[in-house]
Amino acid sequence: MDVQLKKGLLETCVLTVLNRGDSYGYQIIKDASPYLEISESTLYPILKRLESNDCLNVYSVEHNGRLRKYYKITDAGREKIRTFLESWKEVMTVYNFITEEMRSSNNE
Amino acid sequence: MNKTEFLSGLKKKLAGLPENEVEKTRSFYLEMIDDRIEDGMSEEAAVAAIGNIDDIVKETMLELPLTTLMKTKMRPKTRLKAWEIVLLVLGFPLWFSLLAAFVVVILSVYASVWAVIISLYATVAALVLSALAGIFGGLFCLFQNFAASLFILGSGLICGGIGILAFFGVTALSVWLVKLTGLFLRWVKSLFITREVEYEINN
Repeated sequence: MDVQLKKGLLETCVLTVLNRGDSYGYQIIKDASPYLEISESTLYPILKRLESNDCLNVYSVEHNGRLRKYYKITDAGREKIRTFLESWKEVMTVYNFITEEMRSSNNE
Repeated sequence: MNKTEFLSGLKKKLAGLPENEVEKTRSFYLEMIDDRIEDGMSEEAAVAAIGNIDDIVKETMLELPLTTLMKTKMRPKTRLKAWEIVLLVLGFPLWFSLLAAFVVVILSVYASVWAVIISLYATVAALVLSALAGIFGGLFCLFQNFAASLFILGSGLICGGIGILAFFGVTALSVWLVKLTGLFLRWVKSLFITREVEYEINN
């Protein structure tokens, strides 16, 4: 998959996971991995970027004697999901057109 | 590899980066390993699941601002020997001009992109201004020369229309141009990182 495209998809995917409720790094990977290939080394820069774009807030919670960072989605983050859905409507229209067209040309 | 080895390896590879950057990266991966161990994995398996240290370092480097990255890469890892210092001083006219040329090329790409954006907006501003001038000017001499003032008024309205349409076009174009400069910057940064990796392989 194209790098830029995957970056955008991953960002929105992480935000969507956080939209269910606050979460931490490992849990985000577990929640997102059924849909997209995501590893620690890809998640870290994404969380950093989303934080610097004010799409999420970070806070620490003590867990079993160590600190765990939790991520909370902001209004800007929710807005980003909405923009994503809006712009992907167009992509889906083209996708449907192409699949329909290919199916009918294969049946001929 | 166990947890301590992984973390010290990561710290070594990130050496030269700002202290808080290194600490943040370290604590993120430490939390990840601890969470996996808590989930029932052995320490070795948890570390292996995190992935390759070089990939982590590369991703971290690509996210840094260019100036920080250059400072990190330019800093020698060991103390310079006497002959290296002599060579650096004697070679100053050569490496300094090359470095300056490199910086100037990057700056000029930036400057030209911004010049395009600014000139486009200047055109929009000119159109809007002529629209205002046309409308007011047309109304002003309405009773002196009706035909001419009607013409001026019409031209003003046309300018206004084109100006408004152009504004949306120009905004879309600038967003695209800014994205393009971002890609360019990423490419410049990747030049530094690949060089470093090749260098390590050769040694």
